[in-house]
Amino acid sequence: MFDIIVYILLGIGVFFNLLAGIGLLRFPDVYTRLHAGTKCTTFGSIFIIGSVILLGLKNWWFDTDVNGSVIAIHSIFALAAILITNPTGAHAIARAAHRSGVKPFGAVVDDLQNKTVKKTEKKKPAKNKEAKK
Amino acid sequence: MIELSNEYLIVFLALIICSIMAIIRVIRGPTAPDRLVGLDTINTIVIVLMVIFGAATNQVIIIDVAIVYALLSFISTLFITKYLEGGDF
Repeated sequence: MFDIIVYILLGIGVFFNLLAGIGLLRFPDVYTRLHAGTKCTTFGSIFIIGSVILLGLKNWWFDTDVNGSVIAIHSIFALAAILITNPTGAHAIARAAHRSGVKPFGAVVDDLQNKTVKKTEKKKPAKNKEAKK
Repeated sequence: MIELSNEYLIVFLALIICSIMAIIRVIRGPTAPDRLVGLDTINTIVIVLMVIFGAATNQVIIIDVAIVYALLSFISTLFITKYLEGGDF
């Protein structure tokens, strides 16, 4: 019973990771590649590490293996680290790509075109005024 | 109980193929943020590979290495994005 659930979770995770790889190769733009490269790997890694957690809990509960519970708890910490750091990194990459001048492929309306430029221009004169005072 | 070393080999091969696709994007990428996206994907896949390898060989130390690698790769990604932005820290 538990083996079948572990296999299904592993299959879902591997499928989404392969989708991430194919999307990285096939999409035309930085921003669309970010969709494939970060969201699909986050979703797939949730399922793969979830299968490891389930396997460790099963070994601990039925076979009385203490090492299984340690593997499950440490895998939960690794999953929490991925869940916190991966979307934050994706946000930082998208902001850096927009500020360094990469334009979206085939885009008609760019809502952030004036906002980010104004923010960087406003910061620099304020610092100069403080330095003069 | 699952025969770990046999069934997990397929998962290893699939994840390695996925990371090879990301390496191709790192080599072919026309701009610098493309290569950064490829590097971020490789980092996540390597973390998952470490966790699965620790579960397959029943060693806890490799999963601890995965936790530390996740946090350090996040910091390195943030520094490269700050470099691409060209802003002050």
